[in-house]
Amino acid sequence: MILRGAQPGGNLPGETLSNILIEGRRHRRHLVDILQEIQAAEGYLSRDALREVALFLDLPASAVWGVATFYNQFRFSPLGRHPVRVCMGTACHLAGGRLVLEAMARELEIDIGSTGEDEEFSLERVACIGCCALAPVLTIGADVYPHMTPPRVEEVLVAIKPAGAGKSKENRKQR
Amino acid sequence: MTFDDIYRRARAQWESQYSGETPLVLVGTATCGRAAGSMAVLEAFRREIEGNNARAQVSEVGCMGLCSYEPLVIIIKPGDFSVCYHHVTPQVVPQLVQGYLLGDDACLDLALGTVAGGDGEPVYIPELERFSHETRLLLGQCGYSSPLQIDHYIASGGYRSLSTALKMKPVDIIRTIDRSGLRGRGGAGYPISAKWQLCRKAGGKTKYIICNADEGDPGAFMDRVLLESNPQAVLEGMAIAAYTVGAHEGFIYIREEYPLAIERLKLALAQAEANGLLGKNILDSGFGFAIEITRGAGAFVSGEETAMMAALEGRRSWPEFRPPYPAESGLHGRPTLVNNVKTLAYIPLIIERGDKWFSGIGTKQSPGTALFALAGKLNNTGLAEVPMGTTLDTLVYRIGGGIREGKKFKGVQIGGPSGGCLPESLLNTPVDFDSLKDAGAIMGSGGVIVMDEDNCMVDTAKFFVDFSQRESCGKCTHCRIGTWQMLDVLENITTGKALMEDLDLLKGLAEDVKNGSLCSLGRMAPNPVLTTLRYFGDEYQAHVLEKRCPARVCKELTAYYILPEKCERGCDHCVLACPVEAIFSDDKGLKVVDQSKCTKCGSCELVCPVEYNAVVRLSPVSLVPPDRRTRPETTSKEL
Repeated sequence: MILRGAQPGGNLPGETLSNILIEGRRHRRHLVDILQEIQAAEGYLSRDALREVALFLDLPASAVWGVATFYNQFRFSPLGRHPVRVCMGTACHLAGGRLVLEAMARELEIDIGSTGEDEEFSLERVACIGCCALAPVLTIGADVYPHMTPPRVEEVLVAIKPAGAGKSKENRKQR
Repeated sequence: MTFDDIYRRARAQWESQYSGETPLVLVGTATCGRAAGSMAVLEAFRREIEGNNARAQVSEVGCMGLCSYEPLVIIIKPGDFSVCYHHVTPQVVPQLVQGYLLGDDACLDLALGTVAGGDGEPVYIPELERFSHETRLLLGQCGYSSPLQIDHYIASGGYRSLSTALKMKPVDIIRTIDRSGLRGRGGAGYPISAKWQLCRKAGGKTKYIICNADEGDPGAFMDRVLLESNPQAVLEGMAIAAYTVGAHEGFIYIREEYPLAIERLKLALAQAEANGLLGKNILDSGFGFAIEITRGAGAFVSGEETAMMAALEGRRSWPEFRPPYPAESGLHGRPTLVNNVKTLAYIPLIIERGDKWFSGIGTKQSPGTALFALAGKLNNTGLAEVPMGTTLDTLVYRIGGGIREGKKFKGVQIGGPSGGCLPESLLNTPVDFDSLKDAGAIMGSGGVIVMDEDNCMVDTAKFFVDFSQRESCGKCTHCRIGTWQMLDVLENITTGKALMEDLDLLKGLAEDVKNGSLCSLGRMAPNPVLTTLRYFGDEYQAHVLEKRCPARVCKELTAYYILPEKCERGCDHCVLACPVEAIFSDDKGLKVVDQSKCTKCGSCELVCPVEYNAVVRLSPVSLVPPDRRTRPETTSKEL
């Protein structure tokens, strides 16, 4: 019950999980490490994986859930194929990062902190990715996009967006 | 192998690379360099050198801290200048290879300056004024020697201090640190010798050392640069600290958001162990020390030492009441020494060069240097290392190169979300632990954000409170709910809904949060509000009384307006750029922003051609002429 905030598991092979939950780590101090490795393998922390971790460490599921939800790194549903992260660090904020984030949400038609229905894009705000000299920046996957502006958001997305996904300038004009 | 054997081997390796017959190309590949495209430059050099059968080695180095000049490349050519090039792209690489590696043209038009190679101590050409104000102790080798090769560190004097320290009595090491006057670089400036002494005297066989590399302050990246550019210095500092207090296990708690620093630390750790400089029986002294790298999981509060230990124990990162101090009872209830990355990196230098040398730099109360990350509206963003006591003025104008685009300086925020915002009149403040505290700011992590006339101070305060509110761990009521209430009041001010008495309410809340929180996250969270209220009170008043944002940043108080006398009717740039179709043409063909539709994204202002410059921001919104606010009924019917 306590884990209902997490999506059910799906694509994590039992073998991967048993490679992470090895005997030498059967101690609470390895909990965050274990969760990080599961997220790296599964893309998020599923309900099933969290339950396995609780059993393995002999902790109540609520304790595992409590730790997992405390830290910003952990997610409980998968990211999009193109994870978009807009930097909201101080330098980016001063250079107009907020406008870039809003432009991204508008163009992708998804809420900040969520994944689109077609699972193509997800949009997150991040605290600081340490490229202050290039502010405002955003990352899509491993690529860094420096000196962003709302009009540039559109340009960047045109190059990535699959045909038909999200709204395009054309059909908006026709409306 | 004795240390001297290790040193001789490393020195020979270094000399063959840096002063041998073959030219050496150094490419800066720390995170900021990579973001600017240095990996493509590295690749281009390798390809071009191979394609031309040129005799040259390519090596990855860290970061010199000149972020605004990245990607940076240094070419060391035997018997000729060693030249540093800036803003290098893969396109200019063939020119550099043909010109300088194969020919005699040093391509000085692409260069930032020359670097004297050979001795390991880089000397920059005097044209760069900023370097004459800097004293680079921690940054000395950064961007010059390779963080991927332990030999480079050893050849420039590294690990000699550990070898010396292992022959000293721990009390003598503490005495040296005490006389040097070193204070903790994590922000609070606590005397290091006192912390070490407390931990050394604590009983019990098991003790721990934690290196705090959880640099969560948005806008600060000194620790990352050090760990990516010179990780061995931190490991050596940790080993000396461990020997002194009697610990055999250490942890580096590092942000998960720093993948490259983690990768380079892991490599550095493996190399140090392979050379017998870490692990069991270090340099045959009988002393053993092992280090484990632990990744944080994205919680700002984990940077607080007691919260960090909770995280290391697999619990929620909640701070605990002190005393007992971690040095007496910390991780798993054992005595634990927690020191910042920079603090630990100073240790080998102090052992090597002596306490007098260190205490001779900086001020009497705050000896040594301070490392700052300069960001915001400066010409030269990046890292700067200055003697303590240097004035803010020097940081902003001499090193930072002044404000971009000739704009007017407004304020400088020091110490991130826990720090304060200082006005122009306080630019003569010397940067050291005590002077900054008196002014209402803190040394903190060392993030320096410079703001110009286009930045709203109320909005800036709101940004920091928003950050602290999101990162509040929830343990203390005042921090959890108080920051929320402060944010609410700030929201009202920036949307023009506040009354003058709300400013008193905000101040009262700020004092309460300060007094009613356990850890420094809560205790310091109100600093940005308190300092902006103190030094920029007029901006708050303008928001409340005139519904005006002087910097025209706060959306609800600002309107985009197209000047009819400047608009070129044939041009449709703004109409096409507007994402919400808020711009229409009036009966003369001039463009008008429909204020009822405008979402204030700023796209029209960005795309309006510079020769017209017709889009302006007005605050308060009542400045927009009434006849140019919305689309008249008739026009919409025609469409």
